[in-house]
Order: sequence, then structure tokens, then C-alpha cells
Amino acid sequence: MEYFIELFLGGLTRGSIYALIALGYTMVYGIIQLINFAHGEIYMIGAFVAYIVCGVLTIYGFHGVSILIIAGLLAIVYSCAYGYTLEKVAYRPLRGAPRLSPLISAIGMSIFLQNYVLLAQTSDFLPFPSLIPDFAFMEPISHIIGSPELVILVTTLVTMILLTLLIKYSKIGKSMRATQQDMSMARLVGINVDRVISTTFIIGSALAAIGGVLVASYIGQVNFYIGFLAGVKAFTAAVLGGIGSVPGAVIGGLLLGLTESFAAGYISSDYEDVFAFGLLVLILILRPAGIMGRATKQKV
Amino acid sequence: MKNLKQSLGVSLWFIFLTFPLMVVKVNTSEQLVEWRWMNILWVGLSFFILSFVWRYALAQKEARMMAAQSGQDGQVKPSKIRVLLENQDLRVKLMFALMAFVLVFPWVFDTYQSTIMISALIYVVLGLGLNITVGLAGLLDLGYVAFFAVGAYAYALLNHHFGLGFWTCLPLGAALGGLFGMLLGFPILRLRGDYLAIVTLGFASIVKIVLENWSDFSFGPSGIANIDRPSLFGLDLDIAGSTTYIYYIMIGLVILTIIVTGRLKNSRIGRAWIALREDEIACVAMGIDMARTKLSAYALGACWAGMVGVLFAAKTTFINPASFTFMESAIILSIVVLGGMGSILGVILGAMILILMPEYLRAFSEYRMLIFGAAMVLMMIFRPQGIISNIRQKYEFKGLKEKSENV
Repeated sequence: MEYFIELFLGGLTRGSIYALIALGYTMVYGIIQLINFAHGEIYMIGAFVAYIVCGVLTIYGFHGVSILIIAGLLAIVYSCAYGYTLEKVAYRPLRGAPRLSPLISAIGMSIFLQNYVLLAQTSDFLPFPSLIPDFAFMEPISHIIGSPELVILVTTLVTMILLTLLIKYSKIGKSMRATQQDMSMARLVGINVDRVISTTFIIGSALAAIGGVLVASYIGQVNFYIGFLAGVKAFTAAVLGGIGSVPGAVIGGLLLGLTESFAAGYISSDYEDVFAFGLLVLILILRPAGIMGRATKQKV
Repeated sequence: MKNLKQSLGVSLWFIFLTFPLMVVKVNTSEQLVEWRWMNILWVGLSFFILSFVWRYALAQKEARMMAAQSGQDGQVKPSKIRVLLENQDLRVKLMFALMAFVLVFPWVFDTYQSTIMISALIYVVLGLGLNITVGLAGLLDLGYVAFFAVGAYAYALLNHHFGLGFWTCLPLGAALGGLFGMLLGFPILRLRGDYLAIVTLGFASIVKIVLENWSDFSFGPSGIANIDRPSLFGLDLDIAGSTTYIYYIMIGLVILTIIVTGRLKNSRIGRAWIALREDEIACVAMGIDMARTKLSAYALGACWAGMVGVLFAAKTTFINPASFTFMESAIILSIVVLGGMGSILGVILGAMILILMPEYLRAFSEYRMLIFGAAMVLMMIFRPQGIISNIRQKYEFKGLKEKSENV
């Protein structure tokens, strides 16, 4: 039973990270129907910036929680800046082009950013300091759930709540939903659609950066390639939940995390990715629109 | 003046953007920070210039689009390359020159050059195969390398266990590739374009994971060595001779691929693919069996990958799962995209440029993927039709016009 709980919490931790990244995919897809393939790279850049800031601060004598806060904030700032620039350079000129064009542009951007980090920094796996301290009150249950897991779960939960509130009640959230429903109509009622799209990229990038910093400090290493697999998994999560739907991304992420965790724990850790993709194919066959997605009728 | 200011802004923005990654380099084990201040200068300068080029190119593109809109019936001036290609006389001469060059190639250059040429030709066939799925049918396949792996492993395993020869395995590899294409095609028939991308990506990962972990079947990450080279009527060839032999097989395969895909493109099924790519609903309404058309696109595309996979295994005599990563799929896809989706000549040219250039410009090979990525983005923005665009066959009713004039 204890093993089960351990796997369950492990899956939940992993799943909440997937959910954080999946939100970026789902929000962008909801608005411009584009799979932002470079989103995983934004996550990687977030983790990398945090690594660099941590390194510099440690060497200049900072320590403890101050590093975590500064590194986290800078990671978010830089991820947002990259996400914004990405949209402006690679996707905005392609608005109105056939759907395959922005998708290929996104794949190109993903390859470009990976290799940019590879060339500017290194191809080695770099050790990432574990920034999250061990809390004293976690001592009695630390064999089931550690402090880093708790921090990840709580951070994700808080972020999700904030995001939901933002989308539901703020002005920009309302414009985002309007743009999602009908872009040209939103433009007619005076919504600056370009700005809404930019904001969506910025919010998605911020979430990815949070995920990046948490994962890097949880797993303890960064590399230019981490974004690829994380991106694919998160996208799988977004599709599972029904792409375009915010609660769907969360459910999909958690479902994927749990599946992987149980498959790795009870069957074989070598094949956890096979189960993840197997689940994806299964869901797509049974419910092509995903768990929470609404089946859209194609109109002529 | 306004432009100058704008460019200055852009370059400052990119200096800010690239600062942590380009300038700072942390060495945690020795507690050292390396500040590479010179990079700021390079980034600033290059983006200052680039932003001018970017604006100019965007303006050009806009002007072109305006001209195309106002012009009657899209009377776009054909490009210079196109005019050259249309010239029948020149075309024949060029063909002969090319054929002669291709045939004498292994005798003029050494084995090393032939080996490079063979790998470029492998990518030509892979590109042409993927061109069927992506270029003609418009089904984005990010896991194309999986079929390549299927072919390579089919030959390696059959050769290892049963001692089957190259020529027996070549059609078998093609058939297996096609079968896997169908296998992948079935569950995703109902999916829209974007989902295809992720499922094919997942499929390729599954194939790679299985090959890596199912050691009893595939010998795991250590791979399979000592695969037989193709035999020539039982003759014992040395490495140089064998390379030449493989080179000619490859040339044959390329010619076969060109003929088959060229014929397919204008066949009934080829036109059905193009119709499906342009508008699925209209296509189904016209009475085209969508499931069959899509499956055939997958199967026929995968078929070539399987076939050339057999040849790849025979050429390298050693394969392991590391040869079949997503990067390979990405390279093949960029060949198709940069060359020109749907265009046979474009894909061949794309493969040659993308594979041969990094081989001969060694200094440049480090930046290969960086440039591929950037080129894919730029190509999509400024020249979505690729280096050489596909020409759609046009049918003109000449007789009809004359008749109507007579009446």
C-alpha cells in the first residue's frame, strides 16, 4: 500500500509539471490553432537561465532562498521575453498562411533554439543545485513525500488557481476567451487581437519557466535537450485532456503522470514512454477530441 | 531615421535576450564565471543589420502579395529557374550531362567521396518518400525515421538469423515499411492534421524505445554488427568495389523512386492526395474514399523508407537505435520543406544541399542544425513553396476555344 501511495504521489508530482507545460500548449492552440512546437524549448531556456543565475549568485556569495527567488524570477522574465519574441518573429508573419506553414516554422524554431543553447553553452548535462530546502515539518512523512514534491504540488496548485481566476475575471482573460471563440468578431468589438496573442504566449512561457525551474531543481540537472521530451509529453497531456481546454490540460497532465508512474513502478521503467504514447493513441481512437474537449463540427 | 531607431531597439532587445546564454558561462565545479563580453558586440551588430534585411524582405513579400492580388488570374512572372527548366533543348542536354557525371562519379573520385554521395542519395530517396506523405497528401509525419529503422532492422535481423541476402530483403523491407505505415495510419485516420504530428512522433519514439530495450529481439543499444554487404553474383568484392556497387544500386533506386513518384503524382491516386490536402471535406464530397487515400499515402511513403533502410544497413554493416532519432526525422522533413513540398526536383536539390554542404564545409557542420532550423522558419515566411516549387499539371481545352470561336 505504501508503495502505491509513493507511486501515486510521484505520478501526481510529475503530472503537475506536465500540466504546467501543457497549459502553454493548450492556451496557444485555443487561440491560434497552432501547436507551438518550440514551447518545450522555452521551458528549457527557463531552466537554463535559472541554472546560470544560480551559478553566478552562488559564486558571488549569495545563498539559500534568495537565490531561488532571484533565479526563479529571472527565469520567468527571460522565458516570457523569448516566448514573446518567438511569436513575433516566427508566427506573426505567418498569420493567414496555410496551417502546415506555422507548424513547420515552429518545428524549425524548436531545432534552432535547441542548437542555439547547445552552441552558446554546452552539450553536457549540468548539475543544477537543489534549491528547495528540506522543511522540518515534513520529517515524519519524508519517506513517502519529500519537500521538493510538496513544493512542486503546492506551486502548481497555486499557479492553476491564479490562472483560472485570471482567465475568468480579468479583462485580458475575457479578451482571450473572446478571441478563442471568434477571432474576427473579437477584432470587431475592439479587442487588440495581436496583443491578446502576445499575452497568451507570455503567460504560457511564464508557466513553462516555473515548470522548468521546479523540474531542474527536482531532478538536479539541465541540458539543452530536456525541452524536447518534456514538450512532447506535455503536448500529449494537452491532447489527452482535450486541446484548447484549460482544465483539460490539468487533467491530462495528471492522468499522464499517474500512468507513467504506475507503469514504471509496476511494469517496467524502460517502457514508460511507450505507455504514455499508447494511452494517447487509445484516447485519440476512442475520443478524438480528448477528455474535456468538445468535438468541433467542421463547417464548409 | 525611424528605421535606424527601430533597428537599434531590435538589437538592444536581442542583446538583452541573449545576454545570459551568450555572455555568461558558469563553471560550477571550479566556481568560475566566464564573461564573454565580446559576444554582446556580435549579437548587437548582427541583429542591427538583420533587422534591416528582415524589414526589407517583409516589405518585398507584401509587395509581391499585393501584386499577385491585383494581377489578373495570378499572372505571376515565372522565375528564372523555371524559364530555364522549361527550355526543352537545354533540359535534354542537362540531363545527359548529369547522367554522365553520375555514372562516372565513383571512378573519378575516391571511395570516401562515393560514401558521402551514397548517404546523400539515401536522403534523396527518404525525402522523396516523405514527399508523398507530407508534400502530396499533406499529412505531417514527424516519425518518418521509424520506417527507415524498420527496413534497416528487417534486413539486419533476417540476415543475422536466417542469412537472407540483400536482394531478397530489399522488397521485404519495402513491404514491411509499408505494413508499418498502414499500422500507423489506421488509428489516426480520423484525426486532424495537428494530431497526426504528435502521434507520428510518439510512434517513432515507441519504435526506438522497443529497439533499445527489447534486447532479445533487437540486441538493444549495442546494435547489430557484421551485416552482409550486397552480393554481386557471388563475387567477392573489397570495400572500394562494394562501395561502388552500392553506389550504383542507390542510383538505380533513386531513378526508380523518381519515376514512380513522378508517375504517382499525376495518377488518379496522386490527384486524390492533392485534393485531400487542399480540402478534405470537398474531397470526400467528390466521392474519394478518404480512408483508402490516406492509408495509401502512409503506406507508399513508408515503403520507400523501408526499402532504403535495407540499403542503409547493408552500406554501414552496423546499425543501432542511435541512428534513428527524431533529429533524422527533422532532417528529412527539412529536406522536403526546403526543397519544395510536392516538387521532385526540389526535394532532390534539397537533399543534396542539406547533406553534402555540411560534409564539405566542415567548419560549418557544427552550425548545421542551427542553420536548418532557421532556414525552415525563413523558408516558411518568405518562400513557402521551397527552393523549386511544385508545378501543378494544367489541362487546357484548346480545341474547345477554337470551336466556340467558329460558332
